[in-house]
Amino acid sequence: MAGRWRNDLNWSDVTPREVYLSRRRLMAGVGAAGLGAVAGPALAELGAVPSRYSTDEEPNSFEDITSYNNFYEFGTGKDDPARHAENLTTEPWTVRIDGLVDRPGDYSFEDIVRPVELEERIYRFRCVEAWSMVVPWVGFELADLLERVGVQPSARYVAFETLVRPEEMVGQRYGVLDWPYREGLRLDEAMHPLTILATGLYDEPMPKQNGAPIRLVVPWKYGFKSIKSIVRIALTEEQPPTSWNMSNGREYGFYSNVNPDVSHPRWSQATERKIGGGLFARRFPTRMFNGYGEEVADLYAGMDLAKFY
Amino acid sequence: MVDSTSISQRINGAVRRFPPGLLYLVAPFPAVWWFYQGATGGLGPEPIKALEHLCGEFALQLLVVGLAVTPLREFTGLNLIRFRRAIGVIAFSYVFLHLCVWLVLDVQILGQIWADILKRPYITIGMVGFVTLLPLAVTSNNLSVRRLGPLRWRRLHRLVYGAVLLGGVHFLMVVKGWQLEPMIYLGVIVILLAARLARRRRNPAT
Repeated sequence: MAGRWRNDLNWSDVTPREVYLSRRRLMAGVGAAGLGAVAGPALAELGAVPSRYSTDEEPNSFEDITSYNNFYEFGTGKDDPARHAENLTTEPWTVRIDGLVDRPGDYSFEDIVRPVELEERIYRFRCVEAWSMVVPWVGFELADLLERVGVQPSARYVAFETLVRPEEMVGQRYGVLDWPYREGLRLDEAMHPLTILATGLYDEPMPKQNGAPIRLVVPWKYGFKSIKSIVRIALTEEQPPTSWNMSNGREYGFYSNVNPDVSHPRWSQATERKIGGGLFARRFPTRMFNGYGEEVADLYAGMDLAKFY
Repeated sequence: MVDSTSISQRINGAVRRFPPGLLYLVAPFPAVWWFYQGATGGLGPEPIKALEHLCGEFALQLLVVGLAVTPLREFTGLNLIRFRRAIGVIAFSYVFLHLCVWLVLDVQILGQIWADILKRPYITIGMVGFVTLLPLAVTSNNLSVRRLGPLRWRRLHRLVYGAVLLGGVHFLMVVKGWQLEPMIYLGVIVILLAARLARRRRNPAT
């Protein structure tokens, strides 16, 4: 709002990453020499390894990615999640994995991430509202986790749910959507190597407004499919209900693949604007499957994507 | 009752000293300030949508204030009628600004603009609202009142009721899901319009 005081410091004013990393390395060296034990609390560095699935496009700034969010559990304004998500308790965190799996149960966040090697996946992110970002996610393939819990042959879909905790998630006090937030994928979509569970970005643990501690990222689908702060994963035989589809099925389909040719009742999907370009940022054409067609188009061979939108 | 009347009269007395023209002088300030903020990063990483929303919501607020002038006078004795024309003209300016931000900064592509206006109901409704306000903005001067005659002029300006209603519906439809804020706006608009209907029932002559 007008008149509200604003900090004119940007993330770019913070010590550059290389500098603080080398500073930390220096401290580690000091520690090794037996002189240390003074290192202050610093953001954990996840040490994610690069991936061949990353785009070479310029990622959005950490500030863009963490200040412009759709996370209705914390309010419907784009800046609401950044303002309210800090109240969310993410430790301890448990994900219930059940349904058609061999080893159902409550898995702690630590149990889930301990065996995996975290990768950096720099993906394009396309919101159904016709804006986009490029995000350096950190995570691992959902397929790794599904293989560990053992998917039964009859399973055909994966259902996801977000935490419901209105005392911390202030947006859940209103019936904007039918909580919990639900999403789902077909099993082959879920097993695709591009589909990841992300636990961080910019090599740091996931900011709460971006879906801490663990969220889905499906880069060829509109952003709302990439469900945040997951507490349940269930393998099912039937296509699971999904929140936006339940709220307005005419506008939001189960598949919701990025598709410039299928116009949405609210927004033309033909073009998009990358966040962070200022007041005069230009639109540019949206690509089929958000540019991931080479990897994922086969999943939909023979399907009428105007019907299965 | 006596108290509230005397308060209204005191406010009326104080307000009488302000010439309505003053409103035109301060009206551009929010727009200039928001544009400056948008250009310097003060509106967040997506300043276009922020600017669009700020202009649109301010316009709706002004339209609601304009709509409240008569009921306020009737129920509280507070008389702001001298400012109503300026409020209306400034509201229209912000509707126009909202439309310009959408056309020039947001959608940018001419073909897409037409498709949006024709195909997307909330944009169609917004455009109809804008077009409804056009004749009112054009006739918001003494000359037009004289030319049209007070009766016809007043009848023409009842179009504002429809325009405000369309504005409220436009806001409700533009948001995703069932959000509280646009519902409050629409609720207030409906109440203000209902107050007029009730009065016309009681007193059909006016």
